[in-house]
Amino acid sequence: MTEHIEDPVRFIDERTSAAPLLRKSMRYLFPDHWSFLLGEVALYSFIVLIATGVYLALFFDPSTAKTVYHGPYTPLDGQQMSAAYKSVLDISFSYKAGLLIRQTHHWAADVFVASIVMHLMRVFFTGAFRKPRELTWLIGLVLLFTAFLEGYLGYSLVDDLLSGMGLAIGYGVGLSLPVIGGPLVLAIFGAPFPGKGVFWSRMYIAHVFLIPMLLATLIGVHLALVMARHHTQFKETSRHTQRRIVGVPLFPGQAPRSLALMFFVVGILFLLGGLIQINPIWQWGPFEPWLGTNGAQPDWYLGWLIGALRLMPSFDVTIGHYTLIPNPFWGGILFPLFVLGVLASFPWLERKLTRDHEVHNLADRPRHAPSRTAFGVAFLAWVFLIFAFGAADRLFVLFGLSYNTQLYVFRIGIWIVPAVLFFVTRRLCHGLQAADLAEARHGAALAEAERRRAAVGTGLESRGP
Amino acid sequence: MRVWRWLVAIATFLFGRRVRQERKRAKQREKRQEAEAKDPIVAQGSPERGAENLVVALLGIASLFALGFVVVYALFSPAGIPNELLGICLGMCFLFVGGALTVVAKRLVVTEELEDDYPEAHPGQQKEIVEIVRESGSRITRKRLLLGAGAATAGAVGLAAITPALSLGPIWDTAPLDQTPWRRGVRLVDEDGNPLSANGVAAGTFYTAFPEGANNEEIGSSLIVVRLDPSKLKLPASRANWAPGGILAFSKICTHAGCAVALYRKPTFPVIEPKPALVCPCHYSTFDPYTGGDVIYGPAGRPLPQLPLMVDDAGDLRAAGNFSARVGPSWWNVREAPTSE
Repeated sequence: MTEHIEDPVRFIDERTSAAPLLRKSMRYLFPDHWSFLLGEVALYSFIVLIATGVYLALFFDPSTAKTVYHGPYTPLDGQQMSAAYKSVLDISFSYKAGLLIRQTHHWAADVFVASIVMHLMRVFFTGAFRKPRELTWLIGLVLLFTAFLEGYLGYSLVDDLLSGMGLAIGYGVGLSLPVIGGPLVLAIFGAPFPGKGVFWSRMYIAHVFLIPMLLATLIGVHLALVMARHHTQFKETSRHTQRRIVGVPLFPGQAPRSLALMFFVVGILFLLGGLIQINPIWQWGPFEPWLGTNGAQPDWYLGWLIGALRLMPSFDVTIGHYTLIPNPFWGGILFPLFVLGVLASFPWLERKLTRDHEVHNLADRPRHAPSRTAFGVAFLAWVFLIFAFGAADRLFVLFGLSYNTQLYVFRIGIWIVPAVLFFVTRRLCHGLQAADLAEARHGAALAEAERRRAAVGTGLESRGP
Repeated sequence: MRVWRWLVAIATFLFGRRVRQERKRAKQREKRQEAEAKDPIVAQGSPERGAENLVVALLGIASLFALGFVVVYALFSPAGIPNELLGICLGMCFLFVGGALTVVAKRLVVTEELEDDYPEAHPGQQKEIVEIVRESGSRITRKRLLLGAGAATAGAVGLAAITPALSLGPIWDTAPLDQTPWRRGVRLVDEDGNPLSANGVAAGTFYTAFPEGANNEEIGSSLIVVRLDPSKLKLPASRANWAPGGILAFSKICTHAGCAVALYRKPTFPVIEPKPALVCPCHYSTFDPYTGGDVIYGPAGRPLPQLPLMVDDAGDLRAAGNFSARVGPSWWNVREAPTSE
């Protein structure tokens, strides 16, 4: 068996001189902790997105040319619609396995963004963003926000009623950008909303080529930076130190584990795509600018933006009769930029506040950084409450909670709840630390008693306080 | 005979040599393997045949599911193909491969826990980089001038490079954002092009109307038309004649973010919904048709533009002018309050 490996290894090394790099990579160490897998889930979802996306691109027609639908989905038979929407109906009904691939693609997008957010939370609460990993953190954030845009363009391309409503909002939000809003949306859409046909080919090339290339590049750089600095690790034993990493080598230990995770992710995504319906576009019908429907919701990862747009009081900045800053700017542009800004500057902010300029290869347990953990929980709660309000109309339908009451409760709650959570979390962290300390003392006392008993040869264990 | 001897001699020379070499190689390999066994890089463990069998079984099941996918694909017609079955086949296939790999990871591959150094910074090389850059400029006397010239050129080239982007849309000409097809005398028609007669507009519901002969998709085209009790209208004095018979028309595009104002709140419970209102389903901006489109709820920052109406001799509705304000979502410089036109 091994004889067969010698030849290719020699062939590759003699031609690429890559043996030292390969040798080193094979024994690259991965600290063993479940929470480190979240980023990998995102990576494998991305691979599924590329694979299913290539398949969809072979059938999708990015054209707004009007056509009449005649196909197996009879409720829309004879309906006038764009070629884009028709081709997605065909993918769903006329090509075998087309619906499976489309739904898997959509599920993979939702899981992709979800796992990035979970990964971000893990990195935040363990302080893994600290020196020397700030660049990895920044690239991860850019990745996340690029993923938002990529997902938005993805479901906008379909040209069903919901995607059209989403585009209208995107147009309104773009238009609200002070000074350059008008020229900007005219440049992007090619004409006032709904824009020229050329807008669809722009959106298409962005969704299937430009942004995926950007995402792939960012993922590559992100991983290269992780490799260059190694993972952080928890201080599990005295061997885990600031200077020495303890872990499982890529080969043979980590490779089968990671591949197993990849197959599990792919398998679950295909099961979701097969068994759980997502975005049944045929139910929404084609979009026209004068059409709208109640209870419209975007994909989950844009829920925080619709929440912010809905929560914002009626308020434009005006001088006399002239609008300077229209309302959608607050929820649609300022809010996400503020969240991005806070997260992006956090490594430097924390360094300034704690005056800690050291290199950190050891990950914190959240309880050991009470202020950071408390801030993280409060900030997360703030964003999550705004996100939750995006579904207020659904909460009304489901539970009969008056939309109006919810509006005022949320307008106050988004400020009070995070503030309360900040103090509660900090207190909880201190409490947990104290409990750890007491337990450690108890353990030390037991050991001491054991030592004495061994020395004296008799005696009973006395439990500490 | 002589020839035969020669042949044997040559054969012995050739093949004997090869055999000798092969023996030599085998010896070397043995030696190396012995050395490896004494000091292996990867920690060695004992074999586990049970786990190997399990891996083979799991891979076998995965293959069956993969083949199942092919069979389902082949058996059904596009119309009748069960998406659930396809998903189960493909999904379970991947899950079983994942299961096999988990067994490999947990039971067939040795679990090593190794240590390594975290990489450190390289102050020496940092210094050398700075030195190389600094010393490379030994012949240059006016560094600032050159850098300035370089920066200026980069700016100029960059400007030239992005100039074609101006062709993306009518960037300088934002007038199309304000234009609508509505003029005095333009007839209101429904989606199929049939005129909207004043008598055909009933109270308690809404109608979507378009300018006759224009592009319905234009943002300034679509109208939401409702009929209210004329005695209860509180329109501004300048719009006294805009609602013949209590029929009002507003732009159907919300001034907040551009969705269609596609909900007409017809009060079913007057205590909390005192009167009819126009609602956008995207962010629930709510406009008051009685006062001419004022915002009574939600995030919209300015009223819904109203279109003045008149009734022609045939009893059909026609526009009596253009909208009271610019249509569509607000943007920089949009006039907020209606002007007297």
